Amino acid sequence: MGNHSDGSPNHSGTVATAGQNEVEKFQDPGIPPHRLRLADTDPKAAKRAERQVALLFGISVVGTLIFLVAYFAIDLGAEDSSIATIRLQNMLLGLGTAFAMLGIGTGIVHWAKALMPDHEVSEERHAIRYEEDRQAAVRIVDDIVEETGIKRRPLIRNTLLGAVALAPLPAVAIFGDLGPRPDDKLAHTLWAPQEGKLKRLARDPDGTPIKASDVTIGSAFHVIPEGLNDLHEGKLNEKAKAVVLLMRLDPASLNPSEGREDWGYNGIVAYSKICTHVGCPVALYEQQTHHLLCPCHQSTFDLTQECKVIFGPASRPLPQLPIAVDDEGYLVATSDFKEPVGPSYWERDMHERSIDS
Amino acid sequence: MSAASTAEPAFVAKTKTGRVTDFVDQRVGGSGILREFGRKVFPDHWSFMFGEVALYSFVILLLSGTFLTFFFDPSMAETHYDGSYVPLKGVEMSVAYSSSLDISFDIRGGLFMRQVHHWAALLFVASIAVHMLRVFFTGAFRKPREMNWVVGSVLLILAMAAGFTGYSLPDDLLSGNGLRIIDGVIKSIPVIGTYISFFLFGGEFPGTAVIGRLYMLHILLVPALILLMIVLHLFMVVVHKHTQYPGPGRNDNNVVGYPLGPVYAAKAGGFFFIVFGVLALMAGFFTINPIWNYGPYDPSPVSAGTQPDWYIGFVDGALRLMPGTFGDWQVEQTWLGFVFSFNVLLPALVPAGILFTVMFMYPWIERWITKDDREHHVLDRPRNAPTRTAIGMAGFVWYCVMWAAAGSDLIATHFSVSLNDVTYWLRALFFIGPIIAFIVTKRVALALQRKDREIALHGRETGRIVRLPHGEFIEVHAPLDEYKRYKLVGFESPEVLPAVPNEHGVVTRKEKRRAFLSKWFFEDRVAPASPAELEAAHGHGHGHEAVEAQESAKSLSR
Repeated sequence: MGNHSDGSPNHSGTVATAGQNEVEKFQDPGIPPHRLRLADTDPKAAKRAERQVALLFGISVVGTLIFLVAYFAIDLGAEDSSIATIRLQNMLLGLGTAFAMLGIGTGIVHWAKALMPDHEVSEERHAIRYEEDRQAAVRIVDDIVEETGIKRRPLIRNTLLGAVALAPLPAVAIFGDLGPRPDDKLAHTLWAPQEGKLKRLARDPDGTPIKASDVTIGSAFHVIPEGLNDLHEGKLNEKAKAVVLLMRLDPASLNPSEGREDWGYNGIVAYSKICTHVGCPVALYEQQTHHLLCPCHQSTFDLTQECKVIFGPASRPLPQLPIAVDDEGYLVATSDFKEPVGPSYWERDMHERSIDS
Repeated sequence: MSAASTAEPAFVAKTKTGRVTDFVDQRVGGSGILREFGRKVFPDHWSFMFGEVALYSFVILLLSGTFLTFFFDPSMAETHYDGSYVPLKGVEMSVAYSSSLDISFDIRGGLFMRQVHHWAALLFVASIAVHMLRVFFTGAFRKPREMNWVVGSVLLILAMAAGFTGYSLPDDLLSGNGLRIIDGVIKSIPVIGTYISFFLFGGEFPGTAVIGRLYMLHILLVPALILLMIVLHLFMVVVHKHTQYPGPGRNDNNVVGYPLGPVYAAKAGGFFFIVFGVLALMAGFFTINPIWNYGPYDPSPVSAGTQPDWYIGFVDGALRLMPGTFGDWQVEQTWLGFVFSFNVLLPALVPAGILFTVMFMYPWIERWITKDDREHHVLDRPRNAPTRTAIGMAGFVWYCVMWAAAGSDLIATHFSVSLNDVTYWLRALFFIGPIIAFIVTKRVALALQRKDREIALHGRETGRIVRLPHGEFIEVHAPLDEYKRYKLVGFESPEVLPAVPNEHGVVTRKEKRRAFLSKWFFEDRVAPASPAELEAAHGHGHGHEAVEAQESAKSLSR
């Protein structure tokens, strides 16, 4: 109603007539008078509340029983047990625990709210520190320092500081074997020809080699290097670097740059599937637009521009794997990637230059 | 000794329980502890329960987690699944994933415990976050509680660390991709990134070491640190005693509430069971992290719409929002032959860095601006600290924009809009959102303060419309009782502190900056209604125009 709050335009809404210290403030009226509850005045209401609390505790007992029955009566190992059995048991265990716990919890809270005294009381706060204590503490510290003589004997103090400063070094050094040195491991993948033999492109996950004639226009293959599945150690490590996406486009729509004209075959091109952003698999191929999309952070790469980044947080194009066809018509990698695959790292550029040379 | 014989005879308990209690008491001094704490007063308010939820979730995490450790095997050795979940039968996977499946399908109650554990973890971080929002918006971090605010912030970080290390353990496709992203982020760190990655994974990603290492962090180191921090946190709560909301009878020298025994202990104790019950209900009815749907980790496949747990979302969202290229210009730079992946480094470190730095430092920032060295035990209602509330909301909105960005693909698919447009909008909101939030919140807070003034001075609207003899309709306002009124007027309203010269008579540049910030903080203020104003409002009876005229004359004269 009243227009108290607007004030004058110069005072941005301030209606205060003076600083707070000058203005007389409202006096604290103290804790409001206590109002009795129904259960305080009416013994019947109190009795009713008592029964309600007992009922809630009773519900808890029922919940515990539900849990035990569900645990013992439902057998996961039985012949006819299925996902539905597990689902049912899980639900009943949840229901039983919920009743058991909520029964106790709501019962106690109801008890406290309806039957225990609800008088608010006021207690004085005490100082966290008393000046007297502070002075006593300072005296004690002074005495301790004095008795150690550390101020009078700087030799002891300095050598101790030096020793303590150096002592943690072994604790740091001992973590030196947490992992091997990176060296140039990240720069090489399984695609490098082994003993002059070019690696064939194989289907992920079964590892069967892919013929060029299998790859029709518009199709896409998830590819691993031949022989990856035969590895016993470090299979996932190698796979994490070597996975490739293989697609066939109309050769006219590809625009290979100088030196990369022969990296594809008849419109078939292969690109690393590991995103150059933080390494998720770039698993989505939009066939109509020729875009590759990473589902983790939506980096988008354009196949017709050698997988240049056209959207999203990745900065570098996906590395291309140079491919050709061998005597039997299978697709092979003519060499390893010409640059490290996957997310960037400090030494990446160095590694790329060493691959080039 | 003769003195002993003249003293009261030694206490002898009558019942058996009494004798046992007395035995213990004589050896640990329980009576003194009970005397000190048994009737300690705790203020009561629903918003004080978020911290309790966090504490109870942690207890439930310990209980359910202990069960899970009995069956979980953190080995990355290869095995072929031989459990009862048919679709994965014979599939090659790690022992960790296989044992997680066994917990889900072959151990009675295992799935339930896994779900309780995961839901409790989500609730743990969520309740810490909400608790911190409560503490921030009510100014509970002010002296003497600044250090406890820092301990709480450390707890938030530890809770996120506990969550993330646990999230990765089942070694399913989803968590494996999460680790892959972490690896990518680590590799972007200048100079030492590659080494840290190799040291964490024991070689190349994914290697065979990381699950075992995360397991140790998850079940030993991080929980131990959390426990230590909780002990510190609660110790300081006891030292400070709890804050209370403003109201009649409450001030900075007292604490008004219920005694610990029996009411408060019963309510708080009962609340533990309620939290447990609600978590059990969620675990029983809502599937969380169905690892069997994802399959074992394999670096090649990935499911669309992948999401991290909610508390990591804001970092993931920031990663998504950062453009990697501007036209043909790459954000990633190579200088002196070394790679600087700014497209990963900046979003991974800067927003989280700003949020946490401001969070840790905020109590000291406000303390410096207000030069306020008094202890505060009475909370602020958020509207009575408009600038602080606005800063908090700006930060909150900024966080939420990043968090929403982590679901940009889901927003696009659910609302059938272009993914790219969602990203562009969120990129804009990343910068504009906090500013809008600041302005809107501050205005809303000031408006609410004005509303409070009006109610304090003119009473509340009754909804009764009365027609006066000369035909005017007015709504009758009922005056407030003094208790309700005190709640609306009994608050501190700090004013701008202009720059003051130091002891050499110089106004330092720092002091000028402080004065500038003080102006920014408190320039817009609505002062609490004073008794004189109330007198004026009443003195003129129902002549509202007269009151208004006097009010505006008053404010014009200032």
